[in-house]
Formats: sequence, structure tokens, C-alpha cells
Amino acid sequence: MTVYSTAAVIIYLVFSPFIACLFSGVDRIVTARMQGRRGPKLMQPWYDIVKLFSKESTSVNDIQKILVMAHCFFAIFSGAIFFAGGDVLLVLFALTMAEVFLILAAYSVNAAYSEIGAQRELLQMMAYEPMTLLTAVGFYLSTGSFRVDEIINTELPLVIKMPGFFIGFCFILIVKFRKSPFDLSTSHHAHQELIKGLTGDLSGPGYGFSELAELYEEILMLGIAGLFFITSDPISFLWAFIAIVLIMFCMSLIDNIFPRVKWEVLLKTAWLVTLFAGGMNLVILSYIGK
Amino acid sequence: MRISKSPWLLHYDGSSCNGCDIEVLAATTPRFDVERFGIINTGNPRHADIFLCTGGVNSQNQDVVRQIYDQMPDPKVVLACGICACDGGIFKDCYNILGGTDTVIPVDVYVPGCAVRPEALIDGVVKALKILDEKSEKMKRGEYRSLTSAEYAESLKKTDNKAEAAGMEEKDA
Repeated sequence: MTVYSTAAVIIYLVFSPFIACLFSGVDRIVTARMQGRRGPKLMQPWYDIVKLFSKESTSVNDIQKILVMAHCFFAIFSGAIFFAGGDVLLVLFALTMAEVFLILAAYSVNAAYSEIGAQRELLQMMAYEPMTLLTAVGFYLSTGSFRVDEIINTELPLVIKMPGFFIGFCFILIVKFRKSPFDLSTSHHAHQELIKGLTGDLSGPGYGFSELAELYEEILMLGIAGLFFITSDPISFLWAFIAIVLIMFCMSLIDNIFPRVKWEVLLKTAWLVTLFAGGMNLVILSYIGK
Repeated sequence: MRISKSPWLLHYDGSSCNGCDIEVLAATTPRFDVERFGIINTGNPRHADIFLCTGGVNSQNQDVVRQIYDQMPDPKVVLACGICACDGGIFKDCYNILGGTDTVIPVDVYVPGCAVRPEALIDGVVKALKILDEKSEKMKRGEYRSLTSAEYAESLKKTDNKAEAAGMEEKDA
């Protein structure tokens, strides 16, 4: 590990929650303004998470607590590998591991709503995981490496070689940010038992851990989105940042234009988008070579 | 940081005529927009800080009200919204009605009205937030634990005064 990668990991570990809270605070205000409301304070997500950790610690059983903490740990761990310049495949597998722990936590409580939530999360994973894996393959085909520190060592931004992967990844990002469809297992919109089933039996600090994990995960996903724009030129970090802000805005816009998309739509379209956008890009990339 | 910056609210409809419920939902619409106070209308007692109960308690839903209350982690406050939730309202003498919310769980704030107006509701929630902050402070010092519904039922037997019964929690802790 070089000095740069160590610094990046430390910055990621310390500042991710703040940055993610800031992003989602802005997002909540923008969403509210789109709906003709005033919206919450800028740091509202931060207040929410601090409150959750100050509440009484109750859990349905002992294993649930451990599983949620493992979920949080693996979410942070996968981000740390990414910002250390590690292997993208390893990052994605560690992230899947984190998701699996959350699903196990939901199954462990033996409650009807948790179980439905866990099933929905599994279906949802089945819908978006192929695209995330394909994205990693795309990075390999266009740069010859799975390692983040080698991927960013390109002349041209990767989005030029991988526009299909980029579209597909942005499609997945809407799901990963818990925005659309509105009835995802951990959707940010409807706080109802069927829809929030996955985290339905978590309370206080336990729920706080799952929220914290989500903040770290958001930063990681934005990092992967940034990978499409970052080159060996330092100024490209600025372009990546602008691209990320634009992506966030577009996600809010799409979410507000189609507020009642259901999870069945995700299941039907996710693989189509993966196949057409990702698959075609993959075929072209493997023909023209590196 | 004060807990009142992020109050999540759980709304339960007891034996309400739905008048109060419509006003509760109106408070979350863009015109009144409770989200500007950080309030989220959650459907899950385990995530909630404020229990907002409309309508009286009847013999069928008393266990539901107790269970919701017991599932909420401390600190928590209970708001009785509308005259039916305060003392039974016009349904008070019905054979199945036990009375207001405070017949089964301790209530912190009573918001009268038939139906309760969104303005009154927001005012009630703001009052509840002060109580929530106080409870949170006491909880941090280890001086406070709220009564479970069973303990409240016990203390109700000892005294006829509901406010006094609800106040027993601090002596116990």
C-alpha cells in the first residue's frame, strides 16, 4: 500500500458517513422542492443516525445483533479495499457478503414481514448483481486489470469505451440508492411494514448499524461510478465529482417522475438492460480488444 | 445532539371515525410538510419515537395498542390525538369502548379536537418533542425507564388517577 492509498482509506473510513449524509441531505431537499415542499434540514440524515445510536438497545435475539454488525463491517471493508486500490471483483464479492449478512439477520428473527423483506432483497440482488459483475468484467476488458489503481491509470476516461456498462451501472445505482422502485425491501420512501420488512425487526443501534453500512455503501457505489471518469490526469477527479453530482440529480429526477414503479418492473427490466447495454458493450469490447 | 431533531412517528388508528386520520395524513402533505421538522411517518414501532394514537381503545384493539407501545424502544412519547383518543369522545358510552388511549398505556400529550386540526397536531408533536428530550436526558443519566404496558396496568390498579399512574415510572427507575 502506498501513502496515497493509505490516506484514501483513512479519509474513506472517517469522512464517508458525513459525505454520504451531506449527499442524501441535499437529495432529500431537492426531492422536497420537486414536490413543492420545504424539505428537512441539510444534515437530517446525520441527526437520524445519531438518534438511532442513542436509543435503547433492543434486539429480538442475540444472533441478529452480530449479523447486522457483520453486515456493517463487510460494507465498510469492501469500500476500504476499493479505496486502497484493490481488486474490483473482491470489492463486489465483499459487498455481496455484506448483503447476505443483512438478509440472514432478517431471516434470523422468524417474523413474517422480515421474511418477506428478505425474499424481496434476494430477488432484488438477483436482478442487479449480474450488472455489477459485468461492470467489473468491462473494466478488465478495457484496461487489462481488475485492480482499481491500475484501472485509473488510463489515458481516456473509461466511459468512452464503456458507455453501455455506464448506462447499465447507473440503472443499478437507482436500486442501490434505495430510490426506485418505491417498494424495494429497504426503500427510503414508504416506511411501511411490507416494504421496510428487511429492517423491520431492527431497532435502535441495530438499525443504526444497517443505516451506517448503507452510508458507506453509497460512497463505494459513487466511487465505482467515478471510476468511469477518472484517468491518470488529476483534474479528472473534478470531472468525476461533477459526473457524480449529475448522476445523483438524475436519480432524484427519475425517482420523482416515476414515483410508483413497483419491484416487478425492476425484475423484468434489470436483466434486459444488463443484456442490451452491458452485453452489447461487452461483445464490442471483446472484438476490438484493449 | 437532541433526539427531537429526528422524531419518527408511528400512527395507529384505534376506533377512530377516520376524521383524525385524514388530518394526520394532511399534516404530512406538502401544505403542512412535517418532514421539515425531520419527522418521518414510519409504519414500524421498532423505528418510532412518537406513538400517535387516534380514536378510542376498544376491547379488540387494546392488545394491539399495548403491543405497539411495548415494541417501541426508549425514549418514547405517546400522543393521544383527537377527543376520542383523549377520553373516548362520543363513543365513550358504547359497550365495546374502554375509553381513551390512557386506559391501556401512559399518555404524555393530549391533543383535543374533533377532528384534530393539522395545526393542533403539529403543536402537539412539538410539545411531545420537549418531553422526548427530557426523557432522553434522564435516560442518559440512567434515571429513567418508561413503564411497560403491564406495569402501567398495575399502577392503574393502585390509583384512579391516570396522570399519577403514568408518573410512577420515574419513582420506579
